[in-house]
Amino acid sequence: MRLFLPLLVTFLCGILMILHFFVPHRPISTLGDGLTEWYMIVASAAIFLGSANLIQVHVHRISTKARNWQYSPVVLGGFAAMMVAGLVWGLEENRPFDYMFQNMVVPMGATMFSLLAFFVASAAFRAFRASNWRATLLLTSAFIVMLGRVPLGGLIWKRIPEISEWMMQVPNMAGQRAVMIGAALGVVSTSLRMIFGIERSYLGGTD
Amino acid sequence: MKAALHIFLIPLLCAAAAAECSFVLTTDAEDMPDDDGGRIRLEWTVDPTVEPPDSLVLERAAPDGTWEALASVAPIDGRYSDDGLENGRTYTYRLVPYSLGVPGEPGPEAEAVPEVKWLHSGRIGMLVITVVLSVIILGYIEAGKRGKNLYVRRIAGLNAVEDAVGRATEMGRPVLYIPGIMDMDDIQTIASMVILGRVARKAAEYGASLLVPTCRSVVMSVSQEVVKEAYLQTGRPDAFRRENITYLTDDQFGYAAGVDGLMVRQRPAAIFLLGTFYAESLILAETGKSVGAIQIAGTAMVSQIPFFIAACDYTLIGEELYAASAYLSREPKLLGSLKGQDAAKLMIMVILVLGVLGASIGQWWEPAGRVAEFLRNLTHVE
Repeated sequence: MRLFLPLLVTFLCGILMILHFFVPHRPISTLGDGLTEWYMIVASAAIFLGSANLIQVHVHRISTKARNWQYSPVVLGGFAAMMVAGLVWGLEENRPFDYMFQNMVVPMGATMFSLLAFFVASAAFRAFRASNWRATLLLTSAFIVMLGRVPLGGLIWKRIPEISEWMMQVPNMAGQRAVMIGAALGVVSTSLRMIFGIERSYLGGTD
Repeated sequence: MKAALHIFLIPLLCAAAAAECSFVLTTDAEDMPDDDGGRIRLEWTVDPTVEPPDSLVLERAAPDGTWEALASVAPIDGRYSDDGLENGRTYTYRLVPYSLGVPGEPGPEAEAVPEVKWLHSGRIGMLVITVVLSVIILGYIEAGKRGKNLYVRRIAGLNAVEDAVGRATEMGRPVLYIPGIMDMDDIQTIASMVILGRVARKAAEYGASLLVPTCRSVVMSVSQEVVKEAYLQTGRPDAFRRENITYLTDDQFGYAAGVDGLMVRQRPAAIFLLGTFYAESLILAETGKSVGAIQIAGTAMVSQIPFFIAACDYTLIGEELYAASAYLSREPKLLGSLKGQDAAKLMIMVILVLGVLGASIGQWWEPAGRVAEFLRNLTHVE
């Protein structure tokens, strides 16, 4: 019984959502839309769960003086400041919440994103080392593609941008589509396993 | 007197001119395709050479034959959806131009009957393919259940899972599991939760500490339950630490910063990046590399796979992410689904080759072109 109910719910919801994609008729359409709305409501309500977990974990770290506990007051302070500013003064433009969001959260996010440039450089350095013939092939193709994307490539030889575009549109696109088709089949297979209760390890059941 | 004449005569003359020919050229009404009924779609075109009226009023014929106004619309080409109609009844529409409150010559009438559809016409081909794929996969699952010997190719990344958890145990450092940044409505996150259960079992067996920082509250809740069940299954409920499975933030780069901090402070020996990732993929993978962790990544996001390949020790590419649970369990019926997946892939390859050949030969031989067209329609989804 402990497994039967979750498996039954998974089966019914899974079959309903598949039917919802193919059948526009009522009641399938209304039930499918209803389930999607339910998920949105549950996910929104779960925000409180996440907030409660965040507070609980960091309060516990402070109270037990756990390793690196000094970061926890910063998290709780930031969380409280944003929440109070939003609740008291609202979320409109030029209010404290918007000010903190635009001048603190957005720049910090941009800083993290800009780190990507350095990480790309270090990852590319490792990936493009011509240690074997496959890495050499990767290095050569990457060099041609990058050269074709800047004006210098066209100046060296006018066909380089064309070759670069061909590499992106033909072999690269073919590889990407192959991965996508394989992944789509994986989705079908995983969905069937879960809908029919064949995969139940996520419920803690036996295989 | 002359001015008064102008004031009254000009609008009348304008109205009379408008009455000579209709401003509305065409009016089309049709049942809204592929809906659950009760809806008609209207489209109209106007004559750009005629002086435009102030507005157009869309009218619908009542059962007693009188016209009732539905909406006032701008005097340009347009479309309108009439909802809440009775299925099977014929509805007639027209557009009437209004200038200075005076109605002009109505446009042509159009009628349609709203109908309810049982099947989405643009998805019938996909339905056929889905049914065929499902039959193939379920057939192989049955074969697996009957004990048929099924060979599945070796996936290096999955073979390394046990080694990675073992390494973390030996080094006395934690295992970090990152389930991507999407919510539980994403199939990759669901697949990741299934693998998390397997990794948690290994961690519980070996006594390694497992950290799962999440980007979504629902994912945190599901992760806690999955890991708890895994620890119960292995008979180590006492080793389960709920506080190790935490919610960080919904913000993409805030999450990346939080996980990076966790990596630098905790220095995990093994990192699993399995699920949906976007621009944060390389930020996470490179930081993981810098702390010397063995990294196993997996995603079906085509644009992020190269980053994982460059920065991680093992990468599960696309379908391998979905195959992980079956591969790790070695359960015959789950392996059967993998074989079914391969057979379905063979079928797709045959369709692709036939389509390419048909389209190429169809340039000279029409029947081959028709085959290609049939296959194109079969695989096309609206």
